Amino acid sequence: MSKVMIVDDMASMRKMVTFTLESEGHEVIEADDGDVALELAKQQSGINLVITDVNMPNMDGITLVAELRKLPAFKFTPILLLTTEGAKEKKMQGKAAGATGWLVKPFDPDKLLATARKVLR
Amino acid sequence: MAIDLEQFKGIFFEESFEGLDAMESGLLEMNEGGTNLETVNTIFRAAHSIKGGSGTFGLGPITSFTHIMEGLLDEMREGKREATPEIINVLLESVDVLRELMTAFQNNEDPDVSHMEDLQKQLAVIRDSDAVSSAEINQDSDSQNSDESDEKETTVEGWNISFHPHEGLLKTGNDPALILRELSELGEITIEVDDSHLPPLPDMDPEACYLSWEIHLKGAIEQDQITEIFEWVEDDCDLELVPIYPARNKSDRRDQDRRVATSDDRRQENRRQEARRPSDKAPSKPATTIRVGTDRIDAIIDMVGELVITQSMLSQLGEDFDMSKLERLRDGLEDLERNSRDLQENIMRIRMQPISFAFNRFPRVVHDLSQKLGKKIRLELVGEETEMDKTVMEKINDPLVHLVRNCLDHGLETPEERIAAGKDDEGYVRLNAFHQGGNIVVEVSDDGRGLSREKILGKAIEKGLVKETDVLTDEAVFMLLFEAGFSTAEQLSDISGRGVGLDVVRRNIESLGGGVEVQSTFGEGSAFTIRLPLTLAVLDGQLFRIGGDTYVLPLASIVESLQIQRDSLGGVAGDAEVYRLREEYIPIVRLSDVFSTGEHLDDLENSLLVVVEWGEKHIGLLVDELLGQQQVVIKSLETNYERVRGISGATILGDGTVSLILDISGLVEISYSIRDALKPRLAAVNGRSLA
Repeated sequence: MSKVMIVDDMASMRKMVTFTLESEGHEVIEADDGDVALELAKQQSGINLVITDVNMPNMDGITLVAELRKLPAFKFTPILLLTTEGAKEKKMQGKAAGATGWLVKPFDPDKLLATARKVLR
Repeated sequence: MAIDLEQFKGIFFEESFEGLDAMESGLLEMNEGGTNLETVNTIFRAAHSIKGGSGTFGLGPITSFTHIMEGLLDEMREGKREATPEIINVLLESVDVLRELMTAFQNNEDPDVSHMEDLQKQLAVIRDSDAVSSAEINQDSDSQNSDESDEKETTVEGWNISFHPHEGLLKTGNDPALILRELSELGEITIEVDDSHLPPLPDMDPEACYLSWEIHLKGAIEQDQITEIFEWVEDDCDLELVPIYPARNKSDRRDQDRRVATSDDRRQENRRQEARRPSDKAPSKPATTIRVGTDRIDAIIDMVGELVITQSMLSQLGEDFDMSKLERLRDGLEDLERNSRDLQENIMRIRMQPISFAFNRFPRVVHDLSQKLGKKIRLELVGEETEMDKTVMEKINDPLVHLVRNCLDHGLETPEERIAAGKDDEGYVRLNAFHQGGNIVVEVSDDGRGLSREKILGKAIEKGLVKETDVLTDEAVFMLLFEAGFSTAEQLSDISGRGVGLDVVRRNIESLGGGVEVQSTFGEGSAFTIRLPLTLAVLDGQLFRIGGDTYVLPLASIVESLQIQRDSLGGVAGDAEVYRLREEYIPIVRLSDVFSTGEHLDDLENSLLVVVEWGEKHIGLLVDELLGQQQVVIKSLETNYERVRGISGATILGDGTVSLILDISGLVEISYSIRDALKPRLAAVNGRSLA
C-alpha cells in the first residue's frame, strides 16, 4: 500500500481524505500548509503521492509543487492539486510548476479513490 | 464505497466559523482603509475553503452563495475591482448570512434562505455592474456547451490513438505506463511502442521520455472517456484520436444497445440516490470540538511518560519492600504527587483559550452600531491573549455583548454632545482582560457621560427598590442597575433594550460563580468589571461534616466561620432563626434539617456557623464539624444522575468517598420550604429559647 501526504488548511478536508485513503489501507500523513508539507517531505521517506490544496496561508499549493520538484525524492512523485471547477488558470500554473494533475472540488470519497488509483502503481 | 461524511462535518463547521470570523475582521480592516493584498487573500481563502468544503459535505446553498462571493473577492484580489464601502457592507452581510446558514445546518434545521436570496441578488448586481467580467463568464459557458454537443453524437467501434509524449512529460510525475493501464481498462487494447527516437546512450537524458505509442482500442468508448485519461498531459504530448466507425447496420444495433445501457445507468443512479437519502434522517448534532496547540499535547504526553516511570518505580519497590526502602518510597510518592498535579494543571490548560475568541466579534458590533447610532466610537481591546476556560468563555459572551451595547447606546454621547462637553468627538469603548488571583477579570469601560446617581436613585425609589430615607453609597446606587426590572432608558431602544436588563447579565455571571461591579464618574465615563473563576472544572473547597457525611462548600463563598455565642442568637424575623454578627442579623440555615439527618439540636450554643455570601446578603450555615480545605474536581450530577436542588455537583475525595458540593441559593430555598413545614415545631423551640 502507499504512503500519501495530504496538504490542506481545512482540517475537515484533511480528515476526510485521510479517512478515505486509510480505509483503502494507505498510510496518510497530514500537513496544514505548504511550509509544513515541505518540512515533512524532507524528513519522511517513501511518500508515493502528494495531494495538496492550492489556496493556503504561508506557502500555497503551487509554490509547494515547485519546491517539492526540487527535491530529488520527489522528482517523479505524483502530485495532485485540489482545485475548483473552472480554475483553468490555476491548473495551468500548477502544471507549469510540475503538478501531475488535479482533483476538482467538491469531490466525494469514490472520486478521490479513483483519482488516487490513477496515479498509484 | 460508503464513507460517512457526517463525522467530518463537526470540524468543518468549526473551521468555517473561524473562517467567517477571519473574513469579518479582514473586511472591517479594509473598511478602515487598511486594504493590503494579504488581507484580501485571507478573505478570499476563507470563502474559497468554505465553498470547497460545503460542496463536499453536501451543503448546496452555502456552495452557491460562496461561489458568487468568491468571484467578487477574486476580482478584488486581482485588482480588477475596487473595494468600495458598499461592496464591503454587502460582503459583511453575506458573512452574517453564511453564519446563519451554517448554524441552521449545524443544528440540522432547514435554513431560512430568504435573506440569502436577497443578498445573492445584491451580489449579482454588483458583479454584473462590471460588463467585462460578466461577458467572460458567458463566453466560458458557451464554449463548454459547444464542446459537449460535439462529443455527444459519436458512436464508435474503437479508437486509434497516437500518443507522442514530449520529453518533459515524466517531470510532472505522470507516467505513460499508468496512462496505458488506464486505457486498457476501457476495452480491448493493442499497443505498439515506437522507440525510434531513442538517442544513442551517451546522449540520453535518463529523465526524459523518448518513447511514443500507437494504440488500438476496441469498444464503444466515448471520446471524453479517453480525453479524461489524457487530461493531465494534454499539453505535454501530441495526441491524436481517430474514431473507428462500424458498418452501418451494426451501428444501429449498437446504438440501441448503448441506449439500453444508458437507461440502466440512470436507474442505477436513481437507486444510488435513494440509498443515500435515508442517511438524512435524524442525524445527530455534531459534537463540539476544541483546538489545542500541539505543544500542549506534547507537554501532557511528556508528563504521562514521567507518570509511567514513577509508577513502574513504585511497583518495583512494592515487589520486595522492606523498611530500609522507606525513604525511596517517600521520594516516589512525592514524585507521584508532583506528576499528577502537573498533569492536572496541563490538562486543565487544554480548555484554556485566549479571550480574543470572545473579543473578536466586537469590532463588528461597534462598526455596525456606531453607524446606526451616528456616534464616533473607537474600540480598544486590551489583554486579548489572556486565557480562560472555553466553557466560561461561551457563557460570558452574551453578558459581554450586552454590556458593550449598553456602553454604545447609553454610555457614549453623540459627537455634538461630546464637543459641547469639551471632549474629543470620538469616544472609546475599552475591553480589558487580565488575571487577578485565581480569577479572570474583564472590564468594559467607556469615556461617555457616566452614570447619574440622581436618575438611578429616582427610578429605584419609583420602582420601590429603595426608600427615600435610605442612605446609599455611590457604589450601592450603581448596583441598583442590576436589580430585576430596573431600566433607566426612558425608551427601550432596539440596541441594548430588548426587554432584558442588566439583572440578567448579573444572574448569568453569578451562575458561573463570578460577580459584576460598576464604577462611574458622572461626565467622565463608567466601567463595568466582571470577575470570573478561571475554570469551572476545579474548585477550592472547604470540607465539612454533617451527620456522618462529608460535604464541600466553595471556599470563595465563605466569609467566616465562628462558634455560636448564646446571647447573639435570636428568633427575630418571623419564624427564622437569626444570629447577630456585629451589627448584622444573619439567617441561620440548619443543614441537618436540609439533609434530614434526624438530629435537631435545641441548644445551638458552641455549634459551628459558617457564614457564606448569598447574593448581596449573608447566610449562616450550621455544620457539625469543619474539615480541611482542598482543591476538588467537580463532577456533574446531571450527567451522572440527575439535577438535585441545593447540590451543584459532586467530587471524589482522597479516600474514594463521594462528597456533594453545595449550591447555596438552592439550599436557602430548601431550608425556607422546610421551615414552612416545620413551623409549629420551630415556634415551640423558639418559645423555649426565649423563655
